[in-house]
Amino acid sequence: MLGLNKNDRTLLVIVAVLALLAPFILNPFPTDSSLAQFNAGYPDLMQKFVIFGIFAIGFNILFGLTGYLSFGHAAFLGIGSYSAVWIYKLFTYNVIPAMMLSVVMAAIFALLIGYISLRRSGIYFSILTLAFAQMSFALAYSVLSNPKFNLTNGETGLQVYANDIQMFHRDGLPDFPHIFGLSMGSTSKLPLGAWEFQFNVGYYFCAILMILAFYFSIRLFRSPFGMMLRAVKSNQQRMNYTGLNSRPYTLAAFVISGMFAGLAGGLLAATDPLAGAERMQWTASGEVVLMTILGGAGTLIGPVLGAGFIKYFENIFSKINDQVLHQWVSFMPDGLEDFVVALIHPFIGKGWHLTLGILFMLVVIFLPGGLVEGGQRIGRLFGRKKRAEDTADAAAKTPAE
Amino acid sequence: MDAFIIQILNGLDKGSAYALIALGLTLIFGTLGVVNFAHGALFMIGAFCAVFLQQVLSISTVAIDETQKDFLGNPLKVETPYVENWFGPELGGAIIDWSVPLALIFAIPVMIAVGFIMERGLIKHFYKRPHADQILVTFGLAIVLQEVIKYFYGANPIPTPAPDVFKGSFDFGSLLGFDPNVIIYPYWRMVYFGFSMVIIAGIFAFLQFTTFGMVVRAGMVDRETVSMLGINIDKRFTMMFGIAAAVAGLAGVMYTPINPPNYHMGMDFLVLSFVVVVVGGMGSLPGAVLAGFLLGILESFASTTWATTTIPGINQIIIYLVAIIVLLTRPRGLMGRKGVMED
Amino acid sequence: MSKSDLTRRGVMKAGAAGLAVPTIFTAGSAAAYTNEPTGGSVTLGFNVPQTGPYADEGNDELLAQQLAVEHLNGEGDGGCLNTFTSKALQGNGILGKKVEFVTGDTQTKSDAARASAKSMIEKDGAVMINGGSSSGVAIAVQGLCQEAGVIFMAGLTHSNDTTGKDKKANGFRHFFNGYMSGAALAPVLEKEYGKDRRAYHLTADYTWGWTQQESIAAATEATGWETVNNVLTPLASTDFSSYIAPVLNSGADVLVLNHYGGNMVNSLTNAIQFGLLDKEVNGKDFKIVVPLYSELMAAGAGENIKGVFGSMNWNWQLQDDGTKAFVKSFGEKYGKPPSNSAQTCYAQTLLYADACERAGTFNPCGVVEALEGFEFDGLGNGPTLYRAEDHQCFKDVLVVKGAENPTNAYDTLEIVEITPRAQVEYAPDHPMFAGGDLGSCNPGA
Repeated sequence: MLGLNKNDRTLLVIVAVLALLAPFILNPFPTDSSLAQFNAGYPDLMQKFVIFGIFAIGFNILFGLTGYLSFGHAAFLGIGSYSAVWIYKLFTYNVIPAMMLSVVMAAIFALLIGYISLRRSGIYFSILTLAFAQMSFALAYSVLSNPKFNLTNGETGLQVYANDIQMFHRDGLPDFPHIFGLSMGSTSKLPLGAWEFQFNVGYYFCAILMILAFYFSIRLFRSPFGMMLRAVKSNQQRMNYTGLNSRPYTLAAFVISGMFAGLAGGLLAATDPLAGAERMQWTASGEVVLMTILGGAGTLIGPVLGAGFIKYFENIFSKINDQVLHQWVSFMPDGLEDFVVALIHPFIGKGWHLTLGILFMLVVIFLPGGLVEGGQRIGRLFGRKKRAEDTADAAAKTPAE
Repeated sequence: MDAFIIQILNGLDKGSAYALIALGLTLIFGTLGVVNFAHGALFMIGAFCAVFLQQVLSISTVAIDETQKDFLGNPLKVETPYVENWFGPELGGAIIDWSVPLALIFAIPVMIAVGFIMERGLIKHFYKRPHADQILVTFGLAIVLQEVIKYFYGANPIPTPAPDVFKGSFDFGSLLGFDPNVIIYPYWRMVYFGFSMVIIAGIFAFLQFTTFGMVVRAGMVDRETVSMLGINIDKRFTMMFGIAAAVAGLAGVMYTPINPPNYHMGMDFLVLSFVVVVVGGMGSLPGAVLAGFLLGILESFASTTWATTTIPGINQIIIYLVAIIVLLTRPRGLMGRKGVMED
Repeated sequence: MSKSDLTRRGVMKAGAAGLAVPTIFTAGSAAAYTNEPTGGSVTLGFNVPQTGPYADEGNDELLAQQLAVEHLNGEGDGGCLNTFTSKALQGNGILGKKVEFVTGDTQTKSDAARASAKSMIEKDGAVMINGGSSSGVAIAVQGLCQEAGVIFMAGLTHSNDTTGKDKKANGFRHFFNGYMSGAALAPVLEKEYGKDRRAYHLTADYTWGWTQQESIAAATEATGWETVNNVLTPLASTDFSSYIAPVLNSGADVLVLNHYGGNMVNSLTNAIQFGLLDKEVNGKDFKIVVPLYSELMAAGAGENIKGVFGSMNWNWQLQDDGTKAFVKSFGEKYGKPPSNSAQTCYAQTLLYADACERAGTFNPCGVVEALEGFEFDGLGNGPTLYRAEDHQCFKDVLVVKGAENPTNAYDTLEIVEITPRAQVEYAPDHPMFAGGDLGSCNPGA
């Protein structure tokens, strides 16, 4: 079915089920409990999970398969966002044309940047992509937002104003990105006992695209084209000696991954109609590199895990403050309570960067294959005990290589 | 003409900061083959050595002065630094005033120790791992170091002035026959430039003229052969890591009077210093220094009104534009060797 | 975040059929507005930078917000509740509901700020977002709050655009702006430095920098100054030497630094390094002006700010009752005087609470109505008006300068003049603020 082998099909089904049931899975704690802090099942964060999942899946097609480490992929993310918002401003809030333009614009830029950057390899390639992205960021932040030719609206970010043209916008349509009238921002809430689950149109739109992207990535990994890309990684020279010109393949991979990034950027603007220049900064490019390596470069599921991991920390840990902490440990005697709070204090709230840095190091040191390797180890432990040959869990974590 | 000379001077001191950091990065990369994303953090730690020393020297006894009030209307606490108590206000004051240069002495052992610990404790285990893993682990380390500093010193920049004698600027133009005030240049920046020249010359002399340096150079070319000759090359490489850390740290100490240090100053330099290293050519020490000064000077020229009116925004992108042009015309940077970091 | 019937049905059909009977979905019409508090408490969202270069400023804002919550709940000494001219607040929370708060990290990035504001709105049920430390973030979050149907009480944001071309009905700004800085500073500069001055501007190359430069240049030119040059500097610059070196040679005798935060600390430090203040040009002493000051920047620049003029929204050294009450409770709790961004966040929180109390509801539309055209005093800034046309506060503006002989770490700035409100007022359709549309209040649901 779908042109996949059994393992891949299981993996795809698992990802699809996880994505579609995310509002339940990510909301394990009752709304009023003190652990509700750890719930991630609200629209914005779920959207971020899948959008950055798409971004990382795309990045992995380039880096995981060919080994070319691009440090400038955020440029395509930003271009995707700007394109989408311009569609909103000029034509319509409907996300379909916006997403299409995002992908197309990202592809054009990726072709251009890729064509030049791929003339070099290794770190020289990385620096070339970094240079292009940083130039895009700098220009978008200032020069391209001057009053005479305001393409990006600079620091504030490009957004839709009431006096914009919006040619095909009419009354009755939501004043928010929508898909044929169904607003991306509309959320239905399902209270179930102590729990409350939120179903958001924008999230499901992104999730379905993520599943498609994931499917595409599996097919690509298993295709002769994917094999060719892997050959580039293992020994480009030998490949060239056999008379194959590898550059068209790497360029194609670069453009595809740029299109994924453009789609992710477009989706960011679809769930929140604002495009800021910071999306193109090197830190954003670095983030997707971290996501991919952290999850497990070259594996199918790894990048998605890495994206979820980083976004979770950014959004959940940064919101834990001392007061929340005191609530958790309020059962302890006073002196001990203060001590415990003081002990944890540097790692939460404004210290979430510290926790993230430590976790980066731990993962890289102990799990060279990223989170996927961690999953594999657990899976193997599990598998040995149960002597099950191919548990679903292990399959989910099987790297592609 | 005067504008030209001004920007050359400015470029030289910008360039010296770039060159020093790039030199350290290249030392580590050339000897150990490790891409060190924590190098900016070492620069930052060096700067905070100066902050630390300044604060230690300013540790004070507190006396309550009933005649003055603080902002809440309580009696004012008057602080007198211990050093002033011990050495008298004059000498004590001078010691505090000179805390930045004094921090050099303090920073050398600290930075070498930090380098040793980093190399033995962490980097050592990553020699055989892919560059991507090295980047990730050193980036994680950089964040941790940065956050630790932030925990103790906050996020706000901390003023660390140069000694009084170096305040103000030197009228360069009057030497060359210009009107007064046309070409002026701060004394401390001249000191910084001179200092970096000394360090750079010192490193090159050390590698060129000592036996230790000779072995290290041999090891950079062919590590296996050197170790087969019975030389403990690892030990020497560890020492080189310490030296590279010290170079970054000293550059940081001396930089504090130019711009007040804050916890993320390392990250501000990190990307730039990688661009410098790559433009210079991976693994080439002279390349790193050359590229550092080249980019520093070009950056200064790009910020002139003439340049920004000709091409709007050129000052924002010049470094990256130069990097692209250099890499497209010279595949391995200005002076890079073949086969280094190309796969 | 519209919740039309169509939407709800669509989702149910698509995803939830068979999961549950439709009646247990909360219908959009059940709540009159976004996050209507139903229990015994109400949640406010404090969105401040906790990481990045403005982390310390954000922390100061957070401390002030926590203090405000205490005072609203009747804990502590009550602070400005005792001096505030509106007596609607009783110290029993807001509308009898206990005030709780959640915090988030803006990272001083629009994206991150919107993400954390959204998480407060979507997950924690915040009815109001307060705080922030840059105009880009303020405008981004203000737009979000308008869409989501909650009130945004801006923190530190100084760009004209926040209540100019980007103004929103659900957003309110207590802080002053670039135009007011210019209007307050120009007469003082004229008095101190004379009519015949030539100014050289260094301007951070983004929206805030441009609007401030425009305001300052216009105000000083009106007093007879000449603007010699305006050089834009990249935000990412750390070393400003190449921008400062040509200043002396340009014939200018005043340097205006339209920089904020780390940029300002570095550019001012560099300018002093070049010895500009020791020079004489056109027969006059060279001067430096920093139009927007903050206490943390002053601390970062250290001795370099001595004698340098600038403007502020508020300073703890003011002697009115509101200021004294606030400084006393902040100082006793945290051991240091509050910064002007802390004061803004504190005042904004009280103003919001008071508006709810007077409106008798948390409904954003009620709050907007209560705040529009609201006249008050006793929060530290003297008699103040929240203007209905653009949701900008009008109040006195402070002109300050770096103290020559500070006695401790906190009195590095001294107040030169309290510019009266009338002098900094402008018409709502002033060209520097034109082009925006307040729209109408959005209660969400």
